[in-house]
Amino acid sequence: MIRMFPALALLAMLGPIAVGLAGTVLPAFGWLPALGRSSISLDPWRDLLGQPGLLRSVGLSFGVGLGASAAAFLAALGFAAACYGTTAFAWIGRLLSPLLAVPHATVALGLAFLLAPSGWIARLLSPWATGWDRPPDLAILHDPWGIALGFGLLLKEVPFLFVMTLAALDRLDATRLHAAARSLGCRPMTAWIVVVLPRVYTRLRLPVLAVIAFSTSVVDMAVLLGPTTPAPLAVRVVGWTGDPDLDRRLLGSAGALLQVAVTAAAIATWLVAERLVARLGRGWLAQGVNGRHENWLRLPLGALAPLCAATAGAALLGLAVWSVAGSWRFPDALPATTGLGAWVGAAPILGGTLSVTVLTAVVSAGVATVLVVGCLENETRRGLRPPPWIDWVLYVPLLMPQVAFLFGLQVLFAATGIDGSWGALIWAHLVVVLPYVFLSLAGSWRRLDRRWAQTARTLGHGPGRVLLRVTLPLLLRPMLTAMAVGVSVSVAQYLPTLFAGAGRLTTLTTEAVALAGGGDRRVIGAFGLLQMAVPMVAFAAAQFLPSLLFRRRRGAAAAIDRNGHHREGFSRTGPARHTGPDASPRIP
Amino acid sequence: MPSRRLDAFRILLIALLLVAVTPAAAGSRPWNEVVEAARGQTVHFNAWGGSAQINGYIAWVGERVAERHGIRLVHVKLADTADAVARVVAEKTAGRNSGGSVDLIWINGENFAAMKRAGLLHGPWVEQAPNFRHVDVQGKPTTTVDFTVPTDGLEAPWGMAQFVFFHDTAHLATPPRTLAALADWIIQEPGRFTYPQPPDFIGTTFLKQALVGLVADRTVLAKPVDAVDAAAVSAPLWAWLDRIRPSLWQDGRTYPQSGPALQRLLADGEVSMAMAFNPAEASAAIAAGTLPDTVRTSTLDGGTLSNTHFVAIPFNAAGKEAAMVVADFLMSPEAQAHKQDPRVWGDFTVLDVAALPPADRRRFADLPLGIATLSPEQLGPALAEPHPSWSAWLEAEWERRYAAGR
Repeated sequence: MIRMFPALALLAMLGPIAVGLAGTVLPAFGWLPALGRSSISLDPWRDLLGQPGLLRSVGLSFGVGLGASAAAFLAALGFAAACYGTTAFAWIGRLLSPLLAVPHATVALGLAFLLAPSGWIARLLSPWATGWDRPPDLAILHDPWGIALGFGLLLKEVPFLFVMTLAALDRLDATRLHAAARSLGCRPMTAWIVVVLPRVYTRLRLPVLAVIAFSTSVVDMAVLLGPTTPAPLAVRVVGWTGDPDLDRRLLGSAGALLQVAVTAAAIATWLVAERLVARLGRGWLAQGVNGRHENWLRLPLGALAPLCAATAGAALLGLAVWSVAGSWRFPDALPATTGLGAWVGAAPILGGTLSVTVLTAVVSAGVATVLVVGCLENETRRGLRPPPWIDWVLYVPLLMPQVAFLFGLQVLFAATGIDGSWGALIWAHLVVVLPYVFLSLAGSWRRLDRRWAQTARTLGHGPGRVLLRVTLPLLLRPMLTAMAVGVSVSVAQYLPTLFAGAGRLTTLTTEAVALAGGGDRRVIGAFGLLQMAVPMVAFAAAQFLPSLLFRRRRGAAAAIDRNGHHREGFSRTGPARHTGPDASPRIP
Repeated sequence: MPSRRLDAFRILLIALLLVAVTPAAAGSRPWNEVVEAARGQTVHFNAWGGSAQINGYIAWVGERVAERHGIRLVHVKLADTADAVARVVAEKTAGRNSGGSVDLIWINGENFAAMKRAGLLHGPWVEQAPNFRHVDVQGKPTTTVDFTVPTDGLEAPWGMAQFVFFHDTAHLATPPRTLAALADWIIQEPGRFTYPQPPDFIGTTFLKQALVGLVADRTVLAKPVDAVDAAAVSAPLWAWLDRIRPSLWQDGRTYPQSGPALQRLLADGEVSMAMAFNPAEASAAIAAGTLPDTVRTSTLDGGTLSNTHFVAIPFNAAGKEAAMVVADFLMSPEAQAHKQDPRVWGDFTVLDVAALPPADRRRFADLPLGIATLSPEQLGPALAEPHPSWSAWLEAEWERRYAAGR
């Protein structure tokens, strides 16, 4: 049975992408027999090329996506390089990680209020510093160059890349490497760049490419912050695929394929740049470096990521304040009156949306966790080593622009009559949730000392019982953390919800983006906060549940803590403690 | 041309069949049977969901039909009505001819014209609904002719709309009353005016309002856009827009994405004027605290566009009977009066209030007008909508001129 899991997981994850892609490619060449189009033609492409401002949309997607990714890379790695080993590193790192759980749309909503000409920054500075008693007419949001959009992406991608860097550092003997380079006379930042960065980067390449893929094809953030005359390509594609005019759907399919090409081009550009930087770096190293003059660079490089965290924090705080604001006119720095009107008024909608959001997130994360545990257990039992291409397979859903397969998938869902059903929604979420859960859990699983399970086997327990009684309890904390990651990924999904939910199932994220077009910032604030609260609660639960469940078994909890964070503790805590019938930890 | 003759023959045949079948099908089903069949059904009401007041009103409707008819009303909140039209198209594409996901849809204009043309609507059924007899079809001709397209009993009138402007008297004491004066003011005080980006409904309506006000001969607008020299007809509109564009908010490099988004700019003081298709919207927004109480409503001297919005039932709706019962309730004096209350929504009634029984008339007489709402006399003349084909053409032309980057 357990042997089926890898195939099952791959099917659940890649099946919808493959089918969805086919459902996008065929209409892009004029073939959509259900609509009476059954001749292959290039008309959709001609139509696409004739769209006003297409080149500019493509340029925006490519430029803003690649630029924001590069900036996020620089900020995250710059901070790691400048502050590695200092107390600031641990401290600010702890502030950055929770931001990972905040959905993109929430950050964008908060940032929009922070930066707008009538936004919080302008209100705090007016009129005493600026002389403005009315908001100035400045193009800050939705600027034609996509700077606001790029900034919004930066705020969200820095925490992601930083957490990925931490994970990569964890697997290297980075402290010793760094100390060795320091002892050879290198200044700390230079030492990190020279000996740690190249090793970290090999593990960071795929996450960076995922960031590029996401940034070049983002829709929700682009709607909230991006240019509108014209909009980036992915936003226009979503508009075309939703048009009642049938020809526009063919056009949308062609546009979705163009989006794949744009994303691929951005990734290719990054890979070429990576080679160039590596070559230049080798030359630089060959000259011999010790970083005597690194101090002037250390501050600006190290400050980028904390600045991003502070901005995101202020943006989220702004949402919180709005959600309890009564009347708040420009240029008041704070609301003149406060009240819970937005929460009370939106309560009926909030309740329904919240339950859909939570249910979808918990079920998709739960199913993903079961599949991932099955795959990993299969690997363990059969003594398999993960093939090197498996990482690339896992990253397919993260590298493929979502518009490219979701349109085709929607047609399939509609044809089979499951669009707008729970099954369709959860499956569409599972496609993206599964790889994150796998990436989050696989490391801890593979590091777990095999001897725990072997000891239990020698005591006569079958493999199923060992999995349930020994392996899973030992890995409870990383497993719950992986589930929390899954929940946060699910909550943030905009396009999969829009397409698979078919308007009948809406989550906090789709509601928040829809409401952002509306007039009431207080309701937007309430939705934004809830959207952020769900993943936070999930992470808090992952943090505290294991201690609660194992409070009678402190030895086991200690072993689990070590497994969750770092290395196994076989020799210090004997396995005998875990095998007795009353000593078995309860499984949730 | 044999095929054309065949087509003509087919049309004749279908017409004959319709004449033969329709009265039998519609008439043979007494209303009480419809009400009986509706019990226990669910209605997925696909309606734009960007306004808290409207959402609240629909929730109120849901409570009423649940307690009276045992119908479960689910408000599917749309960002754009075209999304729901697209879903019905997708279902037809997929061959789902019954059990569709959309039971009732808030609609008018080009979306109605498109659905009617493609045969995506159930009906005719509207004249069967008991409350339709209260509708003021004489005094409000747009209740049966939607943007020049006859409704043919396929959609039930729900509310009356007239295009109005708002201005914040804290920044603008007397609003311009003509398009020429509006342009002069925009140029004099740059950065304080903009309009929602077409194809947003309000943005497109603003284009049509300007077009109606600027064309030499309005009658050409009643014809389909293909039937006239659209470029020549619309030339004054583009000249006017070109003139104001550099002085728009954010230099016309970006536009608010919806009517409510524009209202938020007015609330924040970024702009001095906004616009809506509901004469009572400013009062409702002031009551809800989303606009300052210094905002007032104005119109243009020559009159503004007016239309009716409707509800319709897709051909494959799962709960057709319940959808008809809900639509009938929406036309009832009780629901219409509650809707017109500015503290609730403030949407004007489609009914002939003067002809109602005294008790129902009182429901309307007791309503407050609202601090920023103009009386029917002050609202001025109501102008007819252009043919629906103009909307898509204006939107495409606008995109080519102003949204293709510079």
